[in-house]
Amino acid sequence: MSAISSSESQVVLGSRPRTAGLRGTWFVYKWELLKLLAQKRTYLGLGAAMLVPTAFVLALIFKSGGPNDVPLGRYLRESGLATPFVVLEFMAIWGLPLITALVAGDIVASESHNGTLKTILTRSRDRGEVFAGKVLAAFSYTATAVVLMAGVGLAAATAEWGWRPLVSLSGPKVSADHSLVLLLATLGVYLLALLGIAAFGMLISTVTRNSAAAVVSTLMFALFMQLVGALPGTEPIRPYLLSNQFVAWHGLLRVPVDWAPIGHAIWLCSLYIAAPLVAAYLVFLRRDVAGD
Amino acid sequence: MTELAAEPVVARGLVKRYGELIAVDHVDLTVERGDVFGYLGPNGAGKTTSLRMLLGLIRPTAGSIGLFGRDPLELGARALDGVAGFVEAPRFYPYLSGRRNLRLLADYDEPRTRKRIEEVLDLVELRDRGNDRVGGYSHGMKQRLGIAASLLRAPRLLLLDEPTTGLDPAGMRDMRSLVRRLSSEGITVLLSSHLLAEVEELCNRVAIIRRGRIAYEGTLVELKEQAGTTWRLRATDPERARAIALAGGATDLGVVDGELHFTASEEAVAALTIALGQARVGITSLRVEAATLEDLFLELTEQRDQVGEEAAA
Repeated sequence: MSAISSSESQVVLGSRPRTAGLRGTWFVYKWELLKLLAQKRTYLGLGAAMLVPTAFVLALIFKSGGPNDVPLGRYLRESGLATPFVVLEFMAIWGLPLITALVAGDIVASESHNGTLKTILTRSRDRGEVFAGKVLAAFSYTATAVVLMAGVGLAAATAEWGWRPLVSLSGPKVSADHSLVLLLATLGVYLLALLGIAAFGMLISTVTRNSAAAVVSTLMFALFMQLVGALPGTEPIRPYLLSNQFVAWHGLLRVPVDWAPIGHAIWLCSLYIAAPLVAAYLVFLRRDVAGD
Repeated sequence: MTELAAEPVVARGLVKRYGELIAVDHVDLTVERGDVFGYLGPNGAGKTTSLRMLLGLIRPTAGSIGLFGRDPLELGARALDGVAGFVEAPRFYPYLSGRRNLRLLADYDEPRTRKRIEEVLDLVELRDRGNDRVGGYSHGMKQRLGIAASLLRAPRLLLLDEPTTGLDPAGMRDMRSLVRRLSSEGITVLLSSHLLAEVEELCNRVAIIRRGRIAYEGTLVELKEQAGTTWRLRATDPERARAIALAGGATDLGVVDGELHFTASEEAVAALTIALGQARVGITSLRVEAATLEDLFLELTEQRDQVGEEAAA
């Protein structure tokens, strides 16, 4: 055994680390991503996000017919660009909320469960930096899942049905290149709604300190929104349900573009994201880290 | 008080209440520079809760804490500069290697401390196993990694919560040897333990906690002195000897199988032997029986509980 040099003990002493603040959050974020990359659940979620569109395209190749009752469902075999839109529409019900919940519901609770929260909170990073890093990591994973799902769907469908103009929801065709731009914008709006689910998952994860409870509660929250939106008599509140914001992108595929649902989704989703995160942050900041 | 002049740990009136339960009840602690301070008490006495409060992991219901003069409640993680340690067993990410866990923790401090990782792994003899996942580590290896993680911060104050719990005898010996070595290098250590022998071996000062309250704080030598010395006396007339001893200031008097047991100072015992001789009471045997630390510990932690329980009944 070698001895610890006392002269070196001066290296980290003194006041705050030089990397406090934004750089501190960056270090936490970086390690949250590296931890996600080392866990099976990440690959389970992202694998499912890639598997679903692949299976969807294969089913359409080997079976006739298709989901004619959803927007663009009739035109799946006319352009590879239609597939990602349709897959996103289907996966908004529970698929992507579940994939999102797998990480958002776990990212704080697992630290409590493993007892590692006390390990990281007795270092030099403030709780705010730790929380911010975790939020960014959960959001990054969610965004990756959405992009992978759409990207794999687009690649598989384009390989089969080609890079062709897309029939808009108003009727006229939109060029393939312009459709790609619309797809990217769609992903942005869609992701906002999904981040609302992720933020709720983080709140439950922080409050319950129980991964399984947080994952299930997050999924139930998404399904509850869908259920409320489907019940008769709920028409007045439907525009304010998070589930309804998953179809706000329909406005983008109209000619001309209908910006009203997009603007509505942006401010409403921002509230759905901010409110749980603020609540979770306050809980995280003041919570006792005892024998969880 | 400036940071340089401030004591490593000063806690005053520390209280932690969970509903009706008072886990820590007005605890005062002072750990001075260079101390290996033993925080001793039975399981569930409030040691870990106290350490959690010191490290800012839980908020005290009342009281104040200063770590080198800085309040963790007020300053959060900034109060922990120069302070490291762990409560209960040290915990790490099981799916990352030991070395990677330390890299993570270095980045949670100051990334420049990464250069110390090999040094601290070497110190706790984990360098060869550094690339193995922590999930495959034994309990003892995790304890050692916990020490390594603490040393990465180059602390001036090390808080260790029962560091030898669960270790085999060789592991306990190595851990104690490591604590001695760190102390000799100028690190102040606050070590909680329910093992009296461990505290006696390592610590110069102790606080004994019982049911959330400090029953004693000071040096072990003072603790022994405080307890007084017990004597065993056999005399030709035990009853008269008892009366003379009582008159001479002996306390805790009792007669067991004709043998007189009492507590008194050496001077009082010398006077007693003269008084017995003058009263023509012969002494057939006189033995001193110094109280062991175990006796004192049990007296401070268990017997008072029994008295309290009997009184309550």
